[in-house]
Amino acid sequence: MGIISRGFRGRRQDGPPDRVPPGQYLTDDFPVLSAGPTPHTPLEEWTFELRGAAEPVSWTWEELKALPSEEVTKDIHCVTKWSKLDTRWQGVSVDTLLEAVEHDAPYALAFCDGGYTTNLPIEDLTDGKAWVAYNYGGEPLEDEHGGPARLLVPHLYFWKSAKWVRGLQLLDEDEPGFWEQNGYHIRGDPWLEQRYWGD
Amino acid sequence: MRTLELDAPGWHTHRAGQHLDVRLTSEDGYQAERSYSIASAPGEPLAITVERLEDGEVSPYLVDEVRDGDVFEVRGPIGGYFVWDGDEPEPVLLVAGGSGVVPLAAIAKHRARVGSEAPMRLLYSSRSWDEVIYRDELAKLDVDVVYTLTREQPPDWKGYARRIDDDLLREVAFAAAESPRVYVCGSTHFVDAAADGLVRLGYDPMWVRTERFGATG
Repeated sequence: MGIISRGFRGRRQDGPPDRVPPGQYLTDDFPVLSAGPTPHTPLEEWTFELRGAAEPVSWTWEELKALPSEEVTKDIHCVTKWSKLDTRWQGVSVDTLLEAVEHDAPYALAFCDGGYTTNLPIEDLTDGKAWVAYNYGGEPLEDEHGGPARLLVPHLYFWKSAKWVRGLQLLDEDEPGFWEQNGYHIRGDPWLEQRYWGD
Repeated sequence: MRTLELDAPGWHTHRAGQHLDVRLTSEDGYQAERSYSIASAPGEPLAITVERLEDGEVSPYLVDEVRDGDVFEVRGPIGGYFVWDGDEPEPVLLVAGGSGVVPLAAIAKHRARVGSEAPMRLLYSSRSWDEVIYRDELAKLDVDVVYTLTREQPPDWKGYARRIDDDLLREVAFAAAESPRVYVCGSTHFVDAAADGLVRLGYDPMWVRTERFGATG
């Protein structure tokens, strides 16, 4: 328990404790956190690439949309303290994408329009834990929320769910991404409150 | 709106533009955490400026309840991207929407403290003159401040009186050829409008650093 703040009671909006990680509060909004302007890449120029395996593999927008997709309902947790329950997404499992390459890389760096990157262990991207999502709430994902497609890795803080994702670089060694170089935790597990360097 | 000066033992200095986390704990152990931009320039007494949000949980406490001598936990400084250190030579454009001026005022004050000669301009959009914060402090700095008052203007107002649009940005912003550094802070809507407009003016997206406030707190 921390230092008691005289006169503070709090609003205590009760989320289910097993679904709201420590230090988070629930919101019905969908706040936006971005380091720069929102990119608007035309779909005909859009590709998703896997780099770093024996051969690079790339999908156009049409090809990605033609892959088997999954609909998932997940709770999401932003490092800026909001959590949102039961968000509905549709996209392609990263497992499906990785089947296209031969690799034994233990890490990946997601890269995006706008120059943003984020790093993840392959373990956090596989076995049904991550998607390249293009629909949100039954509608095409809006640009400000990362459309046309974003990574969805809901068990980690939401900055790992990179907006405007354009591919994964497979890596032998972990390489800090954008926020990870700028003070944020290398892995970002909300249940362990891994927000910042030193957590 | 209220500015709180914090006496944080063990606080190291920060970089202009960074934020910190506040954690409040009630008597029975309930806790709430929020992030606030640091209002003070590096080297000044540490301060945050908090806007009271009607449906907020932490901001009403910090604005209405906290008294001199009260204690709460503070963590930081946080963030290594939305920062300006004072040794960058490029012109600096600051674009503030409402209380988004807080970290930008810290940058403007830092410029004066370190004696930077980088040209600096602040475009500050506020609903009314009464809601402009740091008015007197900003007037004392050697920084161009351009206001636009979007909802209500004083009778003799000669400045801008509309939301930021491309024409307004074209008139106020440095030319793209000068490769300015840009810091935009405000609501998501505001930041998107300003950042998109600057990109349309020919600004490289990599020059434009943004910080957005979700209306939660």
